Amino acid sequence: MRAAIDSPLQAGDVEKFGAIRSRIDAIVIGASAGGVDALDVLLPALPRSLRPAVFVVLHLLSERPSLLVEIFAPRCALPLREADDKEPVVPGTVYFAPPDYHLLVDVGPRLSLSSDDRVNFSRPSIDVLFESAADLYKERLLGIVLTGGSDDGAMGLRAIQRAGGVTLVQHPDDAQVPHMVKAALAHVTPDFVLSLSQIAALLKSLDESNAAHGKGH
Amino acid sequence: MTGQAGNRMTDFGIEMQLFLDAIYLKYHYDFRAYAQSSLKRRLTAAMSRFGCATLSQLQDRALHDPSVFPSLLDYLTVQVSEMFRDPSYFKSLRDNVIPTLRTYPSLKVWVAGCSTGEEIYSLAILLREEDLLSRTIIYATDINSEALMKAESGVYDLDRIAGFSDNYLRSGARHSLSDYYTAAYGRAVFDKRLTKNVVFSDHSLATDSVFAEVHLISCRNVLIYFNAELQDRALTLFGDALCHKGFLGLGSKESLRFSSQADRFADFDRPHRIFRKQEAT
Repeated sequence: MRAAIDSPLQAGDVEKFGAIRSRIDAIVIGASAGGVDALDVLLPALPRSLRPAVFVVLHLLSERPSLLVEIFAPRCALPLREADDKEPVVPGTVYFAPPDYHLLVDVGPRLSLSSDDRVNFSRPSIDVLFESAADLYKERLLGIVLTGGSDDGAMGLRAIQRAGGVTLVQHPDDAQVPHMVKAALAHVTPDFVLSLSQIAALLKSLDESNAAHGKGH
Repeated sequence: MTGQAGNRMTDFGIEMQLFLDAIYLKYHYDFRAYAQSSLKRRLTAAMSRFGCATLSQLQDRALHDPSVFPSLLDYLTVQVSEMFRDPSYFKSLRDNVIPTLRTYPSLKVWVAGCSTGEEIYSLAILLREEDLLSRTIIYATDINSEALMKAESGVYDLDRIAGFSDNYLRSGARHSLSDYYTAAYGRAVFDKRLTKNVVFSDHSLATDSVFAEVHLISCRNVLIYFNAELQDRALTLFGDALCHKGFLGLGSKESLRFSSQADRFADFDRPHRIFRKQEAT
């Protein structure tokens, strides 16, 4: 099993993703325990010319200021921001949910924050982000559930699938803490189940300069 | 494009618009310009609380059974806050704003959207410790009158006090929080002297207007529930209500940058989202 997830992307996955990638306008990513390491593989893989906006919920201790932007910015080609309320969504930007707020996407598209009750014991909650983004972006959304010890993200990924969006779950054997991806897999049969390095390879293929020439690598 | 239509409203979108119109027409509470995505979550939670499969069913209940309305209003409005939430905001008020407020012979403070009052007691304690409370009037406003009654009672569950106390200590506290409340039967009852000069009042940022000139407005994590247009309306009220160079404190992730009213305010303490009214340029 380990060998399988360490292998390069299967031709079938490359082809399947190639057929849908041009419709993706937004990517939502949810991670919990083990998430910093996982994002450290994925975010640097996002190409400079990425067109979709990227929204990230990572469960953190709520009382400390988030250092995510500082951690990842030096390694990323894209601008990274901690979300402010009502901020207009700029394509090719990565937005993190701030500690102790839910992050939602609203008409505009604009970012929207809320201090409402915790969902799945979490604020920010992955489900809250995923469900609001599914509402807005529908089939133009890619949702990714990564490592974690929570049930958060499963309902949100289902909402994305029901709205016609693309669903991707990290392979349980590849996740530092597999509980969250297993919970997602129990509710959704996703379009892709991949290792981090395979997900990174897919994200790299969202390079607009390639798409403009109508071919991949 | 799949089968889903592009800009056509969803059934829920249609029901939501009708529901909000109904609530406005019947009860004069205006949620029509609230931020859609979080309002949708709240309405969905209310549907399951009232056992309604659709928002139309909930609308039927709300229209024909007025006794349902107060608890429905809680679903639409109440934010659970903490005392001294974001302690460094209160620390900045104490260190940077109070020295200016001290120069006024009498003070008026407006806490807009005070909900169940946690912020009122936080500010009252801070003002008392700075010897300003006796010459301050605090206007505590909210649209939810039951929340206002809770705020006025100053009674909080004792199991929340440890968190409040922790925040208080990090806000530049001069005493112990226990100096300000009496604990009994699992509850903490705050000292009535803190709210002697507090005016609790029903006021809507969506439909009401300015009622006084004030030196400081604290409105934290309220505007996040509004859409951009309603935010602009509220910020217009704030700009009109503040005295020359008056202070405005917002929630830690609330910004004026995206508002039409941005040029009426200058950054005062940017990280803590404290602004100062400036003359329009």
